[in-house]
Order: sequence, then structure tokens, then C-alpha cells
Amino acid sequence: MAETASSKAAQPELQRRTGSDGKPRLELSGAWILRALERRLGELAPKLAEFATDRDAQWDLSGVDVIDHAGAMLLWRTWGGRRAANVVLKPEHERVFERLNVASPPRPAPARIDWLRPLEALGRGVFLVLDHGVALLTVLGQVVLDAMTLVRRPSRIPWREISANIYRTGAQALGITALVGFLIGVVLSYLSSQQLKLFGADAFIVTILGISIIRELGPVLAAILIAGRSGSAITAQLGVMRVTQELDAMAVMGIPHTVRLILPKMLALAISLPLVVLWTDAVALVGGMIAARTELGIGYTYFVSTLPDAVPVANLWLGLGKGVVFGLLIALVACHFGLRIEPNTESLGIGTTNSVVTSITVVIIVDAIFAVLFKDVGIS
Amino acid sequence: MTTAPIIEIRNLSTRFGDFVVHRDISLMVRPGEIMSLVGGSGSGKTTLLRQMLGLERPASGEVRVFGVSLHGDDTDAVRRLRNRWGMLFQEGALFSALTVFDNVALPLRELRTLDEQLIHDLVLMKLDMVGIEARHAVKMPSDLSGGMVKRVALARALALEPELVFLDEPTAGLDPDRSESFVRLIKELHEELNLTVVMVTHDLDTLVALSHRVAVLCEQRLVIVGTLEEVVKNTHPFICNFFMGERGRRALDAVKDVVLVT
Repeated sequence: MAETASSKAAQPELQRRTGSDGKPRLELSGAWILRALERRLGELAPKLAEFATDRDAQWDLSGVDVIDHAGAMLLWRTWGGRRAANVVLKPEHERVFERLNVASPPRPAPARIDWLRPLEALGRGVFLVLDHGVALLTVLGQVVLDAMTLVRRPSRIPWREISANIYRTGAQALGITALVGFLIGVVLSYLSSQQLKLFGADAFIVTILGISIIRELGPVLAAILIAGRSGSAITAQLGVMRVTQELDAMAVMGIPHTVRLILPKMLALAISLPLVVLWTDAVALVGGMIAARTELGIGYTYFVSTLPDAVPVANLWLGLGKGVVFGLLIALVACHFGLRIEPNTESLGIGTTNSVVTSITVVIIVDAIFAVLFKDVGIS
Repeated sequence: MTTAPIIEIRNLSTRFGDFVVHRDISLMVRPGEIMSLVGGSGSGKTTLLRQMLGLERPASGEVRVFGVSLHGDDTDAVRRLRNRWGMLFQEGALFSALTVFDNVALPLRELRTLDEQLIHDLVLMKLDMVGIEARHAVKMPSDLSGGMVKRVALARALALEPELVFLDEPTAGLDPDRSESFVRLIKELHEELNLTVVMVTHDLDTLVALSHRVAVLCEQRLVIVGTLEEVVKNTHPFICNFFMGERGRRALDAVKDVVLVT
């Protein structure tokens, strides 16, 4: 008969009897296998435990049809980690119990509460940040050295990688940056118009939009979007390459990671991000123009013709310059985190998150530094 | 005595786009046997294995495991089925974020009825069964050697006391010594736990040492299903190449006596 069908239906059974010699006797029968036991564990375990307290008790397992390690382990445990004195067992089931005779090591004691732990965590955090800083600097130094070598031997410059990266990080990001830029332009223009109307200073909308978008919002918006979009992709890509040993394969072939992976990405982002910034600026200004016209009745021609006078061109160069620096930083941070990923899935997730958070933070910090350094530039 | 087959494949065909992998394949696996699937690279052995596990859906045909159709409507029955089989993936497929102990404990914890102490004892027993010492239980999979990963993966596959075990290239990537001991381990466990085993392998030594029956996949069809002796006698060119090459002869020579006696 099909054993599978019978074992599926079978249940573990136990019955308490008094033997001919007057000693209590527990008769086990049916299927003592994990699949049958798991549902009835709560009911069976206490009964077994209660019976096990009687030392003279007899265990009769001769009625058991099938028993597996889980069933045997359950009995073994009720017997206190050894074989009970009086057990009747089918010979073919002996083997299952032999396995159990392994010394089980004690479970590790739960860790004590350590009051110094927060302090220790803080210290670790500080050292981790320092460690990241040093590693970032090392990668940057290596990239600079490699770049210098490449300048002397231009035939080795990985043009193909650079252009592929420009396409991925730049051309493919135009849609999302346009959408976000346009909406921010509309919102900014609309809110500013409300205030300007109160003072009758309608014409200043051009200056406000021009300076804020070209100098600040355009570069920062584009950088944050690219950090989220391309930064995470770079980190994940390098991380997976670590997991699949592709990085090791490259190292073995004598291809430095910095030349083939990091440098092209940094160069590509340094080229594509300023262009994306320019594009975001333009679309945001268009959004602002449309909102200004509906709210304040300022015509497109007026807006466009006053823009060059209202916003000194230095602001544009500053914005583009920021784009270059942000691009380099995003690529550097993303590559750095990508190379640190360990070959497991959790590390991949944490590394990618850290990469994006860090690069956005770095972008905003550097933007603040720019604001301080260039406070006299482009603002009349 | 008639026994219901554990796995029953009927008229199965597989296509990837225009590329036909299997054409009208039928196969039965009997309870308690070790069935090996062999075939050249790209002949769809692993695909067939994945179809037996319900991971992939054939273009047509039916796969029944323990009498339940894997691609039928009874999803509840298929879900219950998943506690009755175990799978050893080629690369182990251990959860890299969990320790060795937690990897093996995971299927047991998923039952949600066992207490932690029993799980602890069961996991250590399973690890001991596959020859992993308890001190390795706290390690992460990335800290293990290839052989240990396979052993831990086998322990995880056996955690729920399955009746049916699938092995995908169980000895690939192991050194001869380890692969020999792994083969011995599988053999022991097969006898001890009364398992049915379906195995995909390229390794002739493993094949010869373990298989009760061999199914040869070639040119989209099952060329032959039978004992090793019957398969070797077949004159299909693939089989000749596979078994009668130098490596094949060596592997067969080693067990000639056994094959002749049985």
C-alpha cells in the first residue's frame, strides 16, 4: 500500500495502562513524525512530561508505525536527554535514537546588560566615520594617480565606459529631472507671486526665480535625484560584482578597479551632471514662467528678456561648477560604498542605503560650503 | 506490490520562446529510490528539476508529486506539499544574512508550533548528522568552505524530515575526498531516513555510487529510464560518449562487480 497515504493520515497516539506487574505503562502508537506532531505538540508534551516523572514507568513504543528524528527528539527530551530505563522499541527504530546520543552543547547565556554600551557605540561610530573618510581619500588618491597615468597614455582611457555611463546617468535621467524641476518651478513661482503681489513688487519674480533656481535649486535638485538614481545603481552594481567575484576576476586580469570602474563613473557624472543641471534649470524656469504669467500676468517675452539683467551670468557658472563637483562626489561615494559591500545580501541592502544617504548629505554640506565661499559672487 | 509513484510526470513539454527544451517527457519516481537525471549541458535537467519543485511551469503536460498536481488549482495542497520535500541547491542557496543555525532553524520556526528549545536540539542534531560541529553553528554562510555550505544546505533541506529530497549537482565544486564523503553521507541518510531522492548530476562517480535508476535527457527527450546496467547497454550516441569515455569507463570499472552481482 502507498505508505505516503497512510502516514499522512496517521496521528500520534498514546495510552496509559497498568502493566501485569502493576507498574504504569505508556503505550505509544501511530505516527510520531514531525508533520503529525507539530499540531498536537502542545497537548502531547505535557502528558509525556507528567509520565516521565515516574521512574518505574515503562515506555512501550512497539506500536509506533513510523518515527522520525523530531519525534525521537521529543521523547528524548522528556526523558531528560538520555534513554529512559524501561523502553520497548521496535528494532528498526533503534537507529533513529542512536543519532540523538550527541552531546548537545549548552546554549550561550544571554548577554548581560552593559551600561557602557551607548558610549561604546558612539566610539565605534566615530571610528567608522574616520575609517570611511580615510578609505574615501585613498580611493580618491588612487583615482587621481590613475587619471595622471591615463593623461600620459590617452589610448588607455576607457572611452566606451565613459560614454555608456554618460548615457545612463545623464540622458536617461532627463525625464525625471524635467518633471521634478517643472513642478518645483511652478510651486516656487506661485508661492512667491502671492507674496510679491502684496507689495506690488511683481517684477522681482524674475530675479527671485532666476537666482534661486540657477544658483541653488537646479544643482541641488539634480544632484539629489541623480544621487538617488545613479548613486544607488552604481553601489548595487559594484556590490553585486563583489558578490559574484567579478571584482576579483578583474583584479586577477590586472585591470585596476579604479581605472575601469571608478574613473569612468566619476568622469561621466562630472560631465553629465552639469548638463542635467542646465536642463533642470531650464525646465524649472519654464514652469516658473508659466505660473508667473497666470498669477501676475507677466509675459514670456518680458520674463526671458529681463532674465540676463536680473541674474548675473556668474550664477550660471557657479551652478554648473557645483554640478561638476556634485557629480564627482556622488560617483566617488557610490563607488566607495559599492567596493565595501561584503558578499551577503544584507550588506548589499545596507551599503546601498548608506551610499544614497551619504551622497545626499555630502551634496547638501558641500552646497553650504559653496554658499559661504562664493557669498560675494553673482549677487549684486 | 503496487506502490503509488512519488513523482509522476506526464507528457511534459517546455519551451523558452521558440527554443524547445523538452518534448513530451514522461517519468515516474518510485518511493524509496534514488533517481538520477543526466544529460549534456543545456539539456534541461535543472529546468526539469525546477518543474518538479513547482518553481517553473511547463508549456504543457502535468507534474504530480505525492499525487498532487503542482500546476493545478489546489494551491493549498501544493503548499502543504512543500513541507514534505527538501531541496539542495547547487550553490547551497543559504540565506546569507542568517547564521548556519538560523538557516537550518528557519523552516522549523516557520511551523510556529515548536518551542525554541526543541528547535535548538533538532538543529544541532541535523548539523551533527551532516557532520557540522556545533561550534560552526554561529558562523555566517560567507565564512564557510564550499563543502560545508553544501552540508549545511543539506541539513536545511532535511530539517522538516522530508520524504522526498531533490539534489542539484550535489558534488559539483567539491574535492574528490569531500565529494566521496558527501556521497557516503547521502547514501547513509537515504537508508536511515527512508528517503526518495531525485538528483541531477554530471559527476559519474556520484552517479554510479548512488543511483538506483538513471534517466537520460538528450535532444529534448528522455532517451532511456532504467538501472545503470540497462542504460549502459543502450547504444544512443550520447550515452556512449557519456559512459564509454575514459572517465566513464573508470567510474564503471570501479563498481563493475557490484553492477554484475545485483
